Amino acid sequence: MVDRMPTATAYAAVLRSRVRAQASYPIPFAVDLLAALVVGVLEFAEIWVLFHRAGVLGGLDIRGVLLVFGLAEFAFSIADLVVGHMDRLPDYLRAGTLDMFYLRPQSILAQLMTSEISLKRLSRVLFGGGAIVVALRLNAIHWTTARAGMLALTLVCAPILYGALFVLAAGLQFHLLDGREFTNAFVYGGRYAATQPASVWPTSLVAGFAFLIPVAFTAYLPAMVLLGHPGGGWLPAGLAWALPLATLWSVALAAAGWRNGIRHYQGGGG
Amino acid sequence: MTTPAIETHDLTRSFRIRGRGPLTAVDGLTVSIAPGEAVGYIGANGAGKSTTIKMLCGILVPTSGAVRTVGLDPVAKRRALAARIGVVFGQRTQLWWDLPVGESFGLLAAIHRMPRPAARARIDALVGDLDMEDYLATPVRQLSLGQRMRAEIAAALIHSPDLLILDEPTIGLDVLSKQRLREFLIRERAERGTTLLLTTHDMGDVQRLCDRILLVDHGRLAYDGTLDGLSATVGAGRVLVLDLDAPGPDLVAIPGTRHLASEGGGLRQRLAYDAAHTSLGAVLSAVGEVRGVRDVAVEEPDIEDVVRRVYQRSAAGELGRAADATD
Amino acid sequence: MRANVLDPGAPRGGAVRPYWLLLRAGFRSQAAYPLAAAAGMFTNAVFGVLKATVLTAAAAAAGGSLAGYSGGQLLAYVWVSQAMIGFVAAMGTAEIGERIRTGDVATDFTRPLDVQGAHLAADLGRSFFSVLPRGLPCLAIGALVTGMTLPAAAAPYVLGAVSLLLATVLSFLCRYAVAILGFWLVDTRGLATFYTVLSGFFMGLSLPVSAFPSWLRTIAHATPFPSVMASPVDVLIGRLTGPDAIRAIAVQAAWVVGIGLLGRVLTARGRRTLEVQGG
Repeated sequence: MVDRMPTATAYAAVLRSRVRAQASYPIPFAVDLLAALVVGVLEFAEIWVLFHRAGVLGGLDIRGVLLVFGLAEFAFSIADLVVGHMDRLPDYLRAGTLDMFYLRPQSILAQLMTSEISLKRLSRVLFGGGAIVVALRLNAIHWTTARAGMLALTLVCAPILYGALFVLAAGLQFHLLDGREFTNAFVYGGRYAATQPASVWPTSLVAGFAFLIPVAFTAYLPAMVLLGHPGGGWLPAGLAWALPLATLWSVALAAAGWRNGIRHYQGGGG
Repeated sequence: MTTPAIETHDLTRSFRIRGRGPLTAVDGLTVSIAPGEAVGYIGANGAGKSTTIKMLCGILVPTSGAVRTVGLDPVAKRRALAARIGVVFGQRTQLWWDLPVGESFGLLAAIHRMPRPAARARIDALVGDLDMEDYLATPVRQLSLGQRMRAEIAAALIHSPDLLILDEPTIGLDVLSKQRLREFLIRERAERGTTLLLTTHDMGDVQRLCDRILLVDHGRLAYDGTLDGLSATVGAGRVLVLDLDAPGPDLVAIPGTRHLASEGGGLRQRLAYDAAHTSLGAVLSAVGEVRGVRDVAVEEPDIEDVVRRVYQRSAAGELGRAADATD
Repeated sequence: MRANVLDPGAPRGGAVRPYWLLLRAGFRSQAAYPLAAAAGMFTNAVFGVLKATVLTAAAAAAGGSLAGYSGGQLLAYVWVSQAMIGFVAAMGTAEIGERIRTGDVATDFTRPLDVQGAHLAADLGRSFFSVLPRGLPCLAIGALVTGMTLPAAAAPYVLGAVSLLLATVLSFLCRYAVAILGFWLVDTRGLATFYTVLSGFFMGLSLPVSAFPSWLRTIAHATPFPSVMASPVDVLIGRLTGPDAIRAIAVQAAWVVGIGLLGRVLTARGRRTLEVQGG
């Protein structure tokens, strides 16, 4: 606890400076907020066009997929807001920011995570949250304790899971540098996959995005529980309860990737 | 027996460079720096200075050999070490780019978990000594280079470290800023006995601040001793530029000097002299006996020039003896 | 093959040579980062698999075809469009934006070159480089993983090549016209994000523009963006043939001229701004 205090103090200062900087340039900040919102809106528009054509896809109609979309968008945007800057690790290496973190008595990872915050993502967090609220009303959900618990579990675990993906990406980027875009395949690819009705996936995608990078647990599976839908194939609704396990797995993957990356930086990089 | 501030034994670091095989940046470096010493660590670009500093701070793991900084293993004990050293990398900032300078200081004090009153007193003292009152409320990104470097050095000293490592602290600064910074460092060391390790390309830094010089060449220690010893070894004297009242023959017979060049038929002549063996006054009066002097200028020896000459000697195999002789 | 009337003594091609060298320099600048190209290709391919899966499922749900695309054609649309991302720099910006921000643009104006043309040459160089490490492997992965239906005749490929070339020129001209607004705006990065997102959607990066509901299709076709991706893809995969294909190419050419002229006017005005404010 004692050790966390300085990081918290520093983080509070970073937050204050971001708020202040954005308050002194309200128009660019408003443009950024709006641009982030448009990204979210168009991503939903893509899904809407698809369902407009197909009607029902993977057992879901447009109202059902709105819930999947909202859960994924909300969780991903929170992670992006808090630790999204981490997948620009090569920039930090080039600027020497990371070397400076070595000179302070706190963990490197904690310092990097708290060194920046992307407040412009707030609009997407709100958009995702709004989509969840609308979807919950449109779908006339039959609330039970289990379903309320599932929703609460998802709202807590899913952002952590996506945050872990950003950390994993940063850990891999110690090795990749110029090839940093490789990590987009599972960070942004994972976010994209999470909004899809996963029941249409072939085995390879299930292996990739339900088990290795378990994004199916952040939106599709919880939505199946909330909607009282049985799920399908490899992904029955009951599996949703393994979300804490999937989160732990992602965190473990991220920890291993980060530790490995740091070791590479101290040992072979520089 | 006190623990050395820095101790390395056969410290070696190589890098694998794609398509070019391994590069040994630091090669078998063995040095010991006692607490309170002020050491200039010099060498050409790419000689291995930054790599050494990164190993001293725990940023890089040595390929082989041992390193102890203030008695600690830098990689294993990074956090404990961070509390006892202060480091300024010339081109990088440890301050928060868009926070006011004063707030950055407060943050660093909190990060080092200093009690508030002690932090307040230390920051006030540093602000006063480094003359930073006027820009405490200015965001770091708006500072001039000289202002920022003073802030960086204050930032590195807030937690009163035992060892201060400065990497090119005066690069790009004007004469006055350099002067002020050096005076501050001299006072700070006199008061606290802080050990100083300094890399620089500026001979003035070395002359004013350091009692000892470590010179590296291709990762290897090429010289370890005093500046005077180094000057004596390679003849790194000052250069006297004389504007004479009339053209004439080269001044080759002035005691304690070496004629370097003449321009305008001998109207302007350059003589090298070593302050350890003669004085400026003696040289000028010797010149005055044979020629009329209209103007003089003294050029400091160029560190690159000194380094180049040491390298030439080390290539010729004279180095070991020269270094021994000056210890 | 016309002699230079103004200066008959000038060596032929002398005026074109700097642009050719800039194009080669753009090509080489990308060749220095093979890992970046491989990474881009990999990510494009992963998205390709995801899009192919969901579009195939949507076609099946809609009764075997989607907006007139057969299953195989849809797969071809997904893979050709994914393979084109690097070529038309669908996620890219124009270098001149950064040069305006830093003030380096002043040196561009001191050179005896057309600024827009010089930037176009370098950008085309970068695009051509992407074909080998990004475009073709992505297509090959698509063919192996999901397969696709490509036309058997030669005409779609010939027209497709022309259409692709126009697409990459148009993409550059649009990005250039946006970036050059930096002469008048403090910060164009927010605008650039807007541009990337909106253009991506309306060029048909996520879905074929023909699959949009008609009102959305009307909006899309009021912009140059379908000409950057949807049209060349439709020509290449044989959905637009004969007069339809020619018409699509003519529309592309019209946009190239229009947006190109707009960029020239803005460049000239921007140059005047620079002269007035002294850089």
